[in-house]
Amino acid sequence: MTEELTRLSAAALAAKVHSREVSAVEVARAHLDRIAAVDGAVHAFLHVGADSALAAAGRVDAALAAGEAPASPLAGVPLALKDVFTTADMPTTCGSRILEGWRPPYDATVTARLRAAGVPILGKTNMDEFAMGSSTEHSAYGPTRNPWDTGRIPGGSGGGSAASLAAFEAPLAIGTDTGGSIRQPAAMTGTVGVKPTYGGVSRYGLVACASSLDQAGPCARTVLDAALLHTVIAGYDPLDSTSIDAPVPDVVAAVREGASGDLAGVRVGVVSELGGEGYQPGVERAYRAAVQRLEKLGAEVVEVSCPHFQYGLAAYYLILPSEVSSNLARFDAMRYGLRVDPGGASAEEVMALTREAGFGPEVKRRIILGTYALSSGYYDAYYGQAQKVRTLIARDFAAAFAQADVLVSPTAPTTAFPLGDKLDDPLAMYLNDLATIPTNLAGVAAMSVPCGLAEEDGLPVGLQVMAPALGEAAMYRVGAAYEAARDADDRDDARAPLIQRVPNLEVHA
Amino acid sequence: MSADSPGTISRDEVAHLARLARLAVTDAELDLFAGQLDVILGAVARVGEVAADDIPPTSHAVPLQNVFRADERRPSLSQEQVLAGAPAAEDGRFRVPRILDDEPPMGSSLTEGEPA
Repeated sequence: MTEELTRLSAAALAAKVHSREVSAVEVARAHLDRIAAVDGAVHAFLHVGADSALAAAGRVDAALAAGEAPASPLAGVPLALKDVFTTADMPTTCGSRILEGWRPPYDATVTARLRAAGVPILGKTNMDEFAMGSSTEHSAYGPTRNPWDTGRIPGGSGGGSAASLAAFEAPLAIGTDTGGSIRQPAAMTGTVGVKPTYGGVSRYGLVACASSLDQAGPCARTVLDAALLHTVIAGYDPLDSTSIDAPVPDVVAAVREGASGDLAGVRVGVVSELGGEGYQPGVERAYRAAVQRLEKLGAEVVEVSCPHFQYGLAAYYLILPSEVSSNLARFDAMRYGLRVDPGGASAEEVMALTREAGFGPEVKRRIILGTYALSSGYYDAYYGQAQKVRTLIARDFAAAFAQADVLVSPTAPTTAFPLGDKLDDPLAMYLNDLATIPTNLAGVAAMSVPCGLAEEDGLPVGLQVMAPALGEAAMYRVGAAYEAARDADDRDDARAPLIQRVPNLEVHA
Repeated sequence: MSADSPGTISRDEVAHLARLARLAVTDAELDLFAGQLDVILGAVARVGEVAADDIPPTSHAVPLQNVFRADERRPSLSQEQVLAGAPAAEDGRFRVPRILDDEPPMGSSLTEGEPA
C-alpha cells in the first residue's frame, strides 16, 4: 500500500487525502519510508525533515477532520524543496561548505506559500553549489545519481529535485532555473520541469546565483501536477521588487484544455538554430517525433529562425559570472556561515581563507571570471557587449512569437552522461545549457516535458516548450496535449507510461 | 574553441583577480584555473562577433524602474535571530577579526601582502 502511494501523481494523492481515503500522514510516511529505502543509492536529499513533514501532514488531517475545506488543491501532498530556499526549521546549505549547517532565521516566500497551502516539506534536495553546474556533481556533499542509471548524472543544478521525482521519493519538487537548472534535470530524469516567466515566482529567500536570471519553478511527474504546484507558488510578492504584479495565468485550466488533445489553431515554432549539429542522434529523433505528434494533434508547425541564439551561451557565461561575483561577496565570514580563523589574522585574511575553504572549484572559477568581465578595460568588450547580445536575443524571441504561439526545441543536446565525464572540462559542461539559456536571458517562460527514450541508450529525452512572458497558459496547454498523446501511444503499443519504466532501485530495509 | 584563444588571461592575472575576489587560492588551483579560464574566455569572446554598436544593453528581462514601497514600520528580525548564525557574537553584536593593521593601509596590503 505505501509503495503504491509513492507511484501516484500529486493530483491523485490529493484526491485520496481530501476524500479521506488515506491520511496525509500516511502519504508523508510512505514517502519518508521510500527515501529511507532508496536515497542511499540516489542521494537526492541533503536533509530529511521527517518530524516537520509529519507534523505538517497531521495539521492537514486535523483540518479535514474538523470539516474544513483543503487549504489548497495540493493540501496533504508532500514535496522536496531545493536547498537554495530558506527554511526556518531546516538547514539551508545551497550545496556549499560555506553554509554547512546554516539555519536561516526566516522562510522564503516559496517556503511560506507551500506551508500555507498545506504541502508538507519532506526535506531539502541536493544541488550544484549555489546552483552553478549542470550535473549536481559540484555539490560539496557529493553527487546525486540518476535513478534511470545510477552511474549517470541527473542533470543540474537541480539534480536532487528531479531525481527525487524519478526515484518516487516525492511526487512534487521545487527547483530554480538560471540557465536550465529546472528543465535540463527534468529532461535527464524523464520528469516535467517548468521555468516560469522571470518575476512570476518570488525570489525572496531564494539564495541568489544570478539575480537577473534566477527563477523558481515547479517540478513534477505530470504536466497537471506541475500546473497545480505552479498555482501554489506563483504570484506577486511585495518582498521581491522584481516580482510581477499581475494575475497568475490559469495554467490548470490550460492543462485541462490541452489534455482534450486538440491543438487546432495553435502555431508551434520549430527553432532552426536549436538542433542538428552537436545534438545526439537519439535526442534529435525523439524530438522530431514529438514535433510530428504535435502536428497530428492539429497544431500548425512553422519553422522560425533565432539567429542570435548561437551567441546565448557566450553572453550567459559573461552575465552570470558577473552577477555571481557580486552576489557571492556576501559570504564574508562575518555574519553567517563558515569562518576560517587561524588566530591573529586580519578580517581580510579571514575572509580570503574562508572563501577559499568554503567554495568549490566551479564557484571560484565563476567568481574569478566575473571579476575579470567587470574589470575596467574589459567591461565594454565583455559584460557590456553581452548585455547587447541579450537585447538581440530578446528581439529574436519577439520576432519568433509573432509567428508562433509557442516555440519548441530539444531541452538538452544529449541524454544523461556518466558521472565524471565532463568534470574536468568546464566548457563541455556549459554546453549542456545551449538550448535552455536563451529563455533565461529574455525572461520568457519554458518547460521540459519527457518525449520518449533515446534509441541508442534508452535514456529519457526532453521536449522544450517556450512561451512569451506571462504566456504560460499556451505552454502548459501544448505540454499537456503532447503528454496525453504520448501516454496514449504507449498504451496502444502496450508499453508502461514513460516514468514508470525507471528501473527498480536497490532497496535498503 | 581554444584554438580561437590567443591566450587571453595569464596565471598572474588570475592570481590578481583571486586577490580582488578575496579567494586565497593555492598554486595548484592557479595552474588549473588559468588554463580553464583561458579556454572559457576564448569561447565567451564570441559576443564580440556581433555588430551591436547601436543596440541598447539589457540588464534585466523585465523593464522595471524604481520599485518603491510605502515607508511604513513592519516587523523585522530580532537581534537574537540576526546573530543566531554568526560565527562569533558578543554583547549583541557581530564579533569580527581585527580590521586594522599596524602598518600600511588596507588597500595596499590587499594587493601585495595577501597569500597567493
